[in-house]
Amino acid sequence: MMDKTLAVQLLKQMMEIRQFEDKIMELLAKNVAEGGSHLYAGMEAVAVGAISALRTDDYITSTHRGHGHAIAKDGDLKALMAEILGRKTGVCKGKGGSLHLADVSKGNLGANGVVGGSIGLATGAGLSIKMKKTDQVVLCFFGDGATNQGIFYESLNIASLWQLPVIYICENNFYGMSVSVKRASAVQDLSKKALAFDMPAETVDGMDVLAVRESVSRRVNQARSGQGPSFIVANTYRYYGHSRSDPRVYRTREEEKFWRERDPIPNFSRKMIEQGILSQEEVTQLEEQVKQAIEEATEYAIDSPWPEPEELYTDLYA
Amino acid sequence: MREITYRQALNEALDEELTRDRAVFVAGEDVAIYGGAYGVTADLWKKYGDDRVKDTPISESAIVGLGIGAALTGLRPVVEIMYIDFIPLALEQINNQAAKIRYMFGGKCKVPLTIRTEGGAGRTLGAHHSQSLEAWLIHIPGLKVVMPATPADAKGLLKSSIRDDNPVVFIEHKMLYNTKGPVPEEEYLVPIGRAEVKKPGRDVSIITYSRMLLFSLEAAVSLEKEGISAEVVDLRTLLPMDVESIVKTVKKTHRVVIVEEDCKTGGTGAEIGMTIMENAFDELDAPIKRVAGADVPMPKSPVLERLAIPDPERICQAVKEVLR
Ligand SMILES: Cc1ncc(C[n+]2csc(CCOP(=O)(O)OP(=O)(O)O)c2C)c(N)n1
Ligand SMILES: [Mg+2]
Repeated sequence: MMDKTLAVQLLKQMMEIRQFEDKIMELLAKNVAEGGSHLYAGMEAVAVGAISALRTDDYITSTHRGHGHAIAKDGDLKALMAEILGRKTGVCKGKGGSLHLADVSKGNLGANGVVGGSIGLATGAGLSIKMKKTDQVVLCFFGDGATNQGIFYESLNIASLWQLPVIYICENNFYGMSVSVKRASAVQDLSKKALAFDMPAETVDGMDVLAVRESVSRRVNQARSGQGPSFIVANTYRYYGHSRSDPRVYRTREEEKFWRERDPIPNFSRKMIEQGILSQEEVTQLEEQVKQAIEEATEYAIDSPWPEPEELYTDLYA
Repeated sequence: MREITYRQALNEALDEELTRDRAVFVAGEDVAIYGGAYGVTADLWKKYGDDRVKDTPISESAIVGLGIGAALTGLRPVVEIMYIDFIPLALEQINNQAAKIRYMFGGKCKVPLTIRTEGGAGRTLGAHHSQSLEAWLIHIPGLKVVMPATPADAKGLLKSSIRDDNPVVFIEHKMLYNTKGPVPEEEYLVPIGRAEVKKPGRDVSIITYSRMLLFSLEAAVSLEKEGISAEVVDLRTLLPMDVESIVKTVKKTHRVVIVEEDCKTGGTGAEIGMTIMENAFDELDAPIKRVAGADVPMPKSPVLERLAIPDPERICQAVKEVLR
């Protein structure tokens, strides 16, 4: 049977991500948050399930849709929210923003504005682990769209050739912006893309937090024990448009409904209640608790000062 | 004359050239169903279909590569790289292939390729979506680099770029898409390689391009109120640079401020400045000044982003310094 602490942790993190993203959407609409944000809502089970399989000293690399990864990798809600609003108290002092959330001290080697931009550096972190002979691993997140970039193939080849401890996890939400996998990829079963490098690969239900956790745990154990890299495709869906201005003409409302019925959060809580691990009251309480935390983070961020003008020129060189 | 947006002007140029020449096609990320990240290719897919307006995978290097190959074999592709920040992913293809093929092959072929892209800061998108990388591109002989600031120039120059028999990088600015201006309804072209005086003046020349034209014109208006008459020159094309027009304005005002959004070090302004030194040094009554982007990656925070690029106030200040 499942451990209650773990159930609470998984559910709480997924709720945090969902509510965090809903809040960002609200702040964007009110122009409190400027610029853009790619929201992770709908995909929570992937980041939470996968990162729950890691130790705290393991690394992740993230994407342009990185809020979920950052929260799951022990992110501080206040510092993340402040970063997205460009405040001095942000996790990157307001210099990075939504597209560049990073906390290297916690093993989050960063979100990335460039699709595929972190696949190479994840591979390098794997090399570093191997050369230093520690038993850490790297979890490299990227989207289905990123698997059409050259660096994806170059990196998987090197990782397999050198047997690096990297788990490449493709968040297949079936679209890269407006272009469906059908219109962008010659192969529909994306896990096949690892075959060319003799890299073990599998596909998992990315709406099921426990399934993701199980699959990633297995691959993490292999990587830790020197059995090299692997490739996991997690099928999932993003609820919001690609960005705020996206009218979503490239997908149907029926398709959206299909995926919303598979929502990872109510599904997981229902399962936990059915199995008697959590009570409905506990779930409701948790939701309230998370709501409170998100409100506090938002208030903190909005009340935070802007960076001082001198900050423009700091942090450029070490 | 009717007024339309910079975005609409570009869309009309593409539409007209697609109709005019069967060899023209459009390809890039999200250009078809979505109509382009900034809406420039809106409705073209509906009108011309998958054959002529193609969504591509996220594969910048291959997008430019296929444009080069298609151009070399008789088509006239217009490929889109969504942000100039991703041009580096295709820079090998642009620099080593597109720009050099004709010369290396003894002038026996041509590469009539247009690469549309978009750059600049202003939307607080941070370091990977706000850059001005035009200086990298003007360092490539064999390429043409066009950066229009007004809707009319955008349309006329895009049409010229598509009809040009050489590879052209056509750089739009994300903060200009919604700006409006007069655009003729009848067919016209704006020649590549020609600057234009956007506001005549006597006392000082402000030489600029792209969005910084708007800031420079704003500065010129407030300077006028203080009795300073600034001439504002819009380069429109950076490569080949219009040396003649630059010399002409220097001879007229004898004082120069260069305004550019890209990082100052190794930037486009350095090239403009040295062009003046080599061609009109004797005409100068004061050292040239540059108002340029800060030498840092673009910070996210709106307060820092504003400081990282020129503004009308700093342009006015620089003008007053060269007039002292
Ligand atoms: C190199 C590069 N090309 C294009 C873009 C613009 N862009 C941002 S996200 C995106 C779609 C990415 O799709 P995918 O990898 O499937 O991730 P998802 O957004 O679906 O999570 C695109 C085209 C970019 N950021 N970087
Ligand atoms: Mg995707």
